[in-house]
Amino acid sequence: MTDTGPVLAADGTPLKKKLAQALFVSRARAFSLVLPLLIFIVASFIIPIFSLMVQGVKNDTYSSNMPATTAIMAEWDGASELTEDMFAALVTDLIQARADKSIGRVATRVNREYAGTRSMFTKSARRAAKLEAPFMAAMLDIDEDWGDINVWGAMKVSSQTLSPAFYAAALDADYKADGSFVRLDTEDRIYVYLFVKTLAVALAVTLATLALGYPVAWLLASLPIRQSNLLMILVLLPFWTSLLVRTTAWIAMLQSHGVLNNVFVWLGITSDDSRFSLIYNMTGTIIAMTHILLPFMILPLFSVMKGIPPTYLRAAKSLGATNWTAFWRVYFPGTIPGIGAGALLVFILSIGYYITPALVGGQDGQLISNFIAYHMQKSLNWSLAAALGGILLVIVLAIYWVYDKVVGIDNMKMG
Amino acid sequence: MSALPPYATIGQRVWYYAFRVICALIFVFLITPILIIVPLSFNAEPYFTFTSGMLSFDPDAFSLRWYADIFHNGMANPDATEGWWADMWQNSQWVRATKNSFIIGFWATALATSFGTLAAIGLSRSEMPYKGLIMSILISPMIVPLIVTAAGMFYFYSNDFNPFIEGKQALAGSKLGIILAHAALGTPFVIITVTSTLVGFDNSLTRAAANMGAGPTRTFFKVQMPLILPGVISGGLFAFITSFDEVVAVLFLASPEDKTIPRQMWSGIREQISPTILAVATILVIISIALLTVLELLRRRSERLRGLSPS
Repeated sequence: MTDTGPVLAADGTPLKKKLAQALFVSRARAFSLVLPLLIFIVASFIIPIFSLMVQGVKNDTYSSNMPATTAIMAEWDGASELTEDMFAALVTDLIQARADKSIGRVATRVNREYAGTRSMFTKSARRAAKLEAPFMAAMLDIDEDWGDINVWGAMKVSSQTLSPAFYAAALDADYKADGSFVRLDTEDRIYVYLFVKTLAVALAVTLATLALGYPVAWLLASLPIRQSNLLMILVLLPFWTSLLVRTTAWIAMLQSHGVLNNVFVWLGITSDDSRFSLIYNMTGTIIAMTHILLPFMILPLFSVMKGIPPTYLRAAKSLGATNWTAFWRVYFPGTIPGIGAGALLVFILSIGYYITPALVGGQDGQLISNFIAYHMQKSLNWSLAAALGGILLVIVLAIYWVYDKVVGIDNMKMG
Repeated sequence: MSALPPYATIGQRVWYYAFRVICALIFVFLITPILIIVPLSFNAEPYFTFTSGMLSFDPDAFSLRWYADIFHNGMANPDATEGWWADMWQNSQWVRATKNSFIIGFWATALATSFGTLAAIGLSRSEMPYKGLIMSILISPMIVPLIVTAAGMFYFYSNDFNPFIEGKQALAGSKLGIILAHAALGTPFVIITVTSTLVGFDNSLTRAAANMGAGPTRTFFKVQMPLILPGVISGGLFAFITSFDEVVAVLFLASPEDKTIPRQMWSGIREQISPTILAVATILVIISIALLTVLELLRRRSERLRGLSPS
């Protein structure tokens, strides 16, 4: 070979370039197959969730309806004396907001920052049109709390379109007008406790499903195929049965005159008038969730255990290991990937559980998702719901990331 | 563990039987709640528990009244002989919920299966760029907590900046909103099942088809599709079940006319707890047994087609 130039294709272009072109075309072809779904998921799933997350830090209820005070609040430092200008701006805004019928929403927004201010706004807005300068004295005449600097502080916080106030509230902190965060008093803290409770329930359910799922998966993996297929039906039938059906079934099982309590009374474990309260509390939530999520633990465990040759255990025993040593040193380490997959799957699912706690949880069985639903549907504090959801999402994505690193999403197996 | 050898010690024998008893108890825990609702649904009394008559197998303690109530609930005149069928079809709450469930489930499955299958084929090509990133985006509907998904869609679909429909008509409170939500929730299952079918796919078959002059479309429908069809069908079944069983998104997005079966059960449990739900639950259990059978047959067919030894 004396020619040192690049290898050429039949039409004279360098082969390297030709190969790059061909690769690009096949890449583009593969990508174009994925593109429709990608667009669909991004448009109908990612963007809605992202917009909700934005709502968690962005709330323009105040700033869009009360422009004059919003402008003044941006300059006010949150601590210095109240001025006549501030009151004049407030009166202008109140008149306008009443005309726009937006005063109710504004009052609710400020009331979330400082409870008890709602009526001040609605009451003053009703009389604002008749007020004359000096406005400070006139407003104080309507309600002397207008002189309270904390009310104005709440207005300053509300007037910020982008504010961390809701994320702070979701973590039981108060975002003050001077930009500081103050932890709420012990009796007002709910959400951090709720997150911890949700994580604790998820952990309890994960451990319960592991304890119940491991022996079953092991039995299924070690039985001959015909028998294990039969027994597998007992796992797959609950897996395929509607969530609502299973929750209903547990209500029938656990209620105070339900099947289980009747059996207890019949067996003499308890008397007729001291039946166990197994449902509409935390016990019921954990029992029902364990049952519902158990197949999600058994199936990955089973598929991992199926891949461990039974000869390993026999080899260990023939080399002198006791049953326990053979299990603990030889079999168990092999099943760890299955435990990881099952545990993380169950944990992720139970963190976001909504239906079962809502139906069988009663008062103390409510989890974080029930409060998100409450703020979305009942109290209509969407920004707080968004902040709570955002924190929940971050926790779940962190666990998912670990899952992906440890197990890999491609290894997920269904039924 | 498998069979007990003749030289097993007493300890081994005790453990062998104890282990089986433990497993039997766990199987009882798994299956009892599902089986218990079947006899309870034939209760003659409006209770969720066995009456003494039922325990002594008194025929009068059993009745089909809750099954009849599935049709009667919501009907204008359940005792009429004339126009009963039309009344039932139009007004019965459960019948309407069933229609809604099937309409929503069908369209959500169609969307999820068609998009999902295409995407899975693209994702399983070795030259696919950014595979990991795209895969995790497409799988994310399965990972994100349902409550966050439902709240986000409710928030987005009821907003003014909704790009899909102009004016006040928002997607929230319409069937289309639920269909989109359920399609998004169903796609991960289609992707997972179809990709796992494609793992065993012999790519020389498509090359052979191309070699013989078939275009990409013809190759897809004549060669690739018949082979991955079991995966596509079981993915579609998963997507359908997801939609059929999903209630959180429905709770947020559905108007009262768009209630699905699980949504109807939800209000049945919350508001008017009556054994009608048990009757519906029994029917649903029977449907899931049927689905389970179909899936198992598909799996066997798929393994036979791909030449794997049946297991």
